[in-house]
Amino acid sequence: MRAFILRNVLQRLLLLFVVSILAHAVIHLAPGEPNAVDPSNPRMKPEDIAKIRAAFHLDEPLYAQYVWWMRDLLSGELKSFKDSQPVLGKIWRRFLNSLPLFVCATLLVWTLAFPTGIQAAVHRGAVYDRATTLAAYALISVPGFFLSYLVILWVVNTFGVPVIGLKTFGMERAAPLFQTMDRIWHLVIPSLMSALGGMAILSRYVRSQMLEVIGQDYVRTARAKGAAEDTVIYRHALRNALLPFVTMFGFLLPGLIGGSVIFEQIFAWPGLGRLGYEAILARDFPVILTLNFMAAALTLAGTFLSDVLYAVVDPRIRTGLQGDA
Amino acid sequence: MRQPPMPRGHAGAPGARRGDDLPPPETLWRESWRLFKRDRLAVLGACVLALLLVAALSGKALTEWVVVFDPAVVRLPEKFLPPLSFSSNAAVPPHDRPFGGVYLLGTDELGRDVFARMLQGSFVSLSIGFIAVGIALALGVVLGGLSGFYGNVKLGVVTVDTLIMRFTDVMLCFPTFFLILTVVALLPPSIYNIMVVIGLTGWMGTARFVRAEFLALRKQDFVLAATAIGAPDRRVIFSHMVPNAMAPVLVSATIGVATAILTESGLSFLGFGVQPPFATWGNILADGKGFIFDAPWLFFIPGFAIVMVVLAFNLVGEGLRESLNPKLRKR
Repeated sequence: MRAFILRNVLQRLLLLFVVSILAHAVIHLAPGEPNAVDPSNPRMKPEDIAKIRAAFHLDEPLYAQYVWWMRDLLSGELKSFKDSQPVLGKIWRRFLNSLPLFVCATLLVWTLAFPTGIQAAVHRGAVYDRATTLAAYALISVPGFFLSYLVILWVVNTFGVPVIGLKTFGMERAAPLFQTMDRIWHLVIPSLMSALGGMAILSRYVRSQMLEVIGQDYVRTARAKGAAEDTVIYRHALRNALLPFVTMFGFLLPGLIGGSVIFEQIFAWPGLGRLGYEAILARDFPVILTLNFMAAALTLAGTFLSDVLYAVVDPRIRTGLQGDA
Repeated sequence: MRQPPMPRGHAGAPGARRGDDLPPPETLWRESWRLFKRDRLAVLGACVLALLLVAALSGKALTEWVVVFDPAVVRLPEKFLPPLSFSSNAAVPPHDRPFGGVYLLGTDELGRDVFARMLQGSFVSLSIGFIAVGIALALGVVLGGLSGFYGNVKLGVVTVDTLIMRFTDVMLCFPTFFLILTVVALLPPSIYNIMVVIGLTGWMGTARFVRAEFLALRKQDFVLAATAIGAPDRRVIFSHMVPNAMAPVLVSATIGVATAILTESGLSFLGFGVQPPFATWGNILADGKGFIFDAPWLFFIPGFAIVMVVLAFNLVGEGLRESLNPKLRKR
């Protein structure tokens, strides 16, 4: 087991290294220098541009820039082009904003997708199954911002509650209870909207996984021995159908950065996705690079986690590993 | 698809033995079509797609070759007209009036005919989807095929398979939408960049399952037989293996077009989509969001059009998956 973990970690570190080189190359090879964002700005004199370029090592060869980037990133001294703030601090603050949205959306996805998918599988071909199938496809097919706009209009018109931003402006003096309620209102709609797509996909996956398991011999045996239908479904079938979902936990982590750009933009949520978008607009290379790098690191950490979890949960793989070592 | 090509269906059933006058075996495609027809939603989706194709081609023809509907004419006196209203303002010169004098889908903030723009956009949106998916498929099939067929060839210290699959892993590490956004924003705005970037970031899934199919097919008897009679690799790959590995590729292509259309509309929303003068459904929708109260048709018409088309692609993809899946055939 230890050899398995060690080999896995080493492989992923190597991958991460390649990813960082590739990300760096992609961004620096594309035309569009940071100082070209605002060429008509009269206050940008050639000497200012030269100063900026020197400060960010933009005139050195690409590999040297890469080394500078890595060195600054690892020592925590990497500064944003835009406002010279430390990149890691900026990302950390935005991460704290993104976290509640991410946690809330993930909880919604996983708690709602499973019952829907299981029921659809149990009633295969019935009205419920076909309705949820169509609903799932509809949700996958809607552009996220189109649906969000409709929902925002509906919520604001019907309930008269604010949904844009982290909190209502000017609520700082209100009683803590009202402040909390305000925060919750602001959290619910964006997390629901960003959860819908994932919910649709996951519930389809749960359904097909359950269908596969329900046809197995041990489920028939459980029925034959007279177990109650609920016991058969939830104890015998579901437990075995759960196995592949362990691996899906791993793919959750990168959603923190990549999946949220559009929704954070719609709801003016100052999170990581929006930070990335602002950095792209400002050609803020250190921030873009670091976000890409972190997303890759999170993906790798996620797949590593799911590999390990899989080995822990699935006895077949576990014994196979012991045989290996 | 894993089975060697042998007579399927009724011909192989016991009791069908009648000497020479056996019914001709059902071909693979005919059987798939029979299964596909059973899925009513998928058939409906296919009809929508056929309509879309007609709309896109006629849109290209009627807005660029023979200009019947001109999407670029600006008629400021007639801005924000609701759908089905007549062009009656005397300030609009006769040659600027829409075809038949009717704005079928209304006009936008510059008085442009939304129907003409939607027609033009249907071709652009669809070609973004097709070209992006074409690039993704070509890359995925070539890389997956190489790694599945020539996987054991050594290049120095590593095998071809290791090299290609680790590169696939690297590409999978990037957050796709964020990467697309970064590249599209840094490159000069152009519709071709968007197509290419969506294509270049979407081939990994295809590569993985083409490799898996090839690895499985290589051990099949008919491939061994083809190799044994001395068929060149080219022939083995292209006439024996590729057709048998096509089913999942076709499915993922269908769903890929849907995803590409959605990605383009997402990019348009963020302001990095296809730039004017090209109209796409995505950027009509993104522009329309500012007028959701004053001119709701500018928002709802492209929105529902995108939903319909993407839904149709997804349903057809799912129908294909079911009908081409050999495991589900027996039922």
